[in-house]
Amino acid sequence: MTRVNLALLLLIACVASLPLFGGAYALRLGTIACMYAIYALSWNIVGGFAGYPSFATAAFFGFGAYATGILLNKGVPLSVAVIGSLVMCFVLAAALGAVLLRLRGHYFAIASLSLVEVFRELVNNATDLTGGGMGLNIPLASGSGILADATFFFYAMWGLLLITAVVVIIVSASKLGFGLNCIRQNETASNMVGLNSTLYKSIAFGLSACFVGAAGGIYAAWVHYIDPSDVFDILYSVKPIVMALMGGLGSPLGVVCGAFVYLGLEEVVWRNYIQIHSGVLGVLIIMLLLFLPHGLISLRSGMFWRKAKHV
Amino acid sequence: MLAVQVLINALVLGCLYACIAIGFSLVWGVLNVINLIHGSFIVLGAYLAWGAYQWAGISPWYALVVAAPVFFVLGYLLQRLLLNRVITAPVLVTLTLTFGLDLILNNAMIYYFKADYRKLTLNPPTGSISLFDVVVPVDRLIATASALALTGLLYLLLRRSKVGRAIVAVRLDRDAAVLMGVDVKSIYAIAFGLGAALAGCAGVLMALIFPISPLTSSAYLGKAFVVCVLGGLGSVSGALAGGLLLALVEGIGSTLIGPAHATTLSFVLLIVFLVVRPQGLLGRKGFE
Repeated sequence: MTRVNLALLLLIACVASLPLFGGAYALRLGTIACMYAIYALSWNIVGGFAGYPSFATAAFFGFGAYATGILLNKGVPLSVAVIGSLVMCFVLAAALGAVLLRLRGHYFAIASLSLVEVFRELVNNATDLTGGGMGLNIPLASGSGILADATFFFYAMWGLLLITAVVVIIVSASKLGFGLNCIRQNETASNMVGLNSTLYKSIAFGLSACFVGAAGGIYAAWVHYIDPSDVFDILYSVKPIVMALMGGLGSPLGVVCGAFVYLGLEEVVWRNYIQIHSGVLGVLIIMLLLFLPHGLISLRSGMFWRKAKHV
Repeated sequence: MLAVQVLINALVLGCLYACIAIGFSLVWGVLNVINLIHGSFIVLGAYLAWGAYQWAGISPWYALVVAAPVFFVLGYLLQRLLLNRVITAPVLVTLTLTFGLDLILNNAMIYYFKADYRKLTLNPPTGSISLFDVVVPVDRLIATASALALTGLLYLLLRRSKVGRAIVAVRLDRDAAVLMGVDVKSIYAIAFGLGAALAGCAGVLMALIFPISPLTSSAYLGKAFVVCVLGGLGSVSGALAGGLLLALVEGIGSTLIGPAHATTLSFVLLIVFLVVRPQGLLGRKGFE
């Protein structure tokens, strides 16, 4: 275990102490922070390690949210529903990944982008199962008070973040991570030396989808109401990319820091300039790309940490 | 008769789709940038036509003449000042940059025009032609003719003019073009400007037919994606072929299985094409 990974786990452990200090608002922010960190870490598997610019995060977030929502409505307990949607997302993404990841560069970006549209339209039109455009109401998981509820969902999301981080650390140190690195650097060459790149890419895509799907499930249970335009919002696909760019592409600690910083900025902008918040977000993205293309983690390179692994 | 009507509708719509996609395809083919601001440019063009007609009584045909240079300058400056700085960066960076630009423009439009749907209603209305049982509205017909004219104009520009040849040269082989003395940075800016101008003109034409709102920009962008992938990148004929195919599939699909599934169908078609034939209908292999 490297120092960077230890720092990541330490950071996540610090987040867990949040309920000691804050009220319901802090818990809400904390839950969202954990959710964003899960997105960023998941996206980093396929976008950072394997170098495929995926825009499919929103598709699997929405899929997980709807899968869990429907299961909860059928009377399945929350934990089973979330694990169920995690498994479903993994299988679905791995199968889709085997097909879609044959594409490279722009073509993959567009295919993953249109995956979101296809999922949204399918959910929109399957009115019997999903409620279509009217959305889906999800029964309350527990009857306890507001603060207890908030704490429960915070820890649920935090636990998922911890699992995601541990999996990402294991992946990055394993043969799979090494293979993904090879694929990013030169896919043709890694195929030549006997790496089964289709298998590796499918697993990576599956892993990058399953935790997002589970996060979607917890989100659905948390907010009690989802509709297609909410959970299949293309912004959910773009945000993890911005976070990863902000923190430093490819470094798990970097992207988690990026997620927290991004949430902070978003919250400040949202609270102060509600009418122009997406414009301010746009300005932020452009500044970031022009002036800090290697992310926050590159600011301290050579001083404390190694440089962000790759850009 | 229904079949003929569906066919005619697809023909009319297909030419408009081609017009939407052609600027997008040019930028993608030449600059290798997926220009996510394209949809918002189209909506801005539509607002230009609407505003000109509403406030100054200028007919959309003249607005077309105004829109082209205005959007060209806008696109040229954007490329020169911003995009050229990151043009050599990986796909993700340019894509995300245009996404940021799109957020700004779209937010600005929602702020100034509000998210209400508006409609440009010509006074007096142009009516429609009906031949046997087939009905075609005149405004759609004129918009289609203008779209075809714009497409033809771009084709001539790329074929006959010196700038056009330089754009094609950069698209074919950037490094060789540099060696032949082509100023690549300015060609990039001109190509992006042309793409923006075409988007603006397409927007003016859309204003005649569809309701106008900042929220429709992503739908236009989606159409541009699908048309480009279906037809093949960077070529005028490819965009026309893609537009017609998309309109045909949508028309037949919505007649047979219901209009609710038309969008799904077009995106499924997109994914199938990406996987099976990524160079598009008219594209050459290895040239994507």
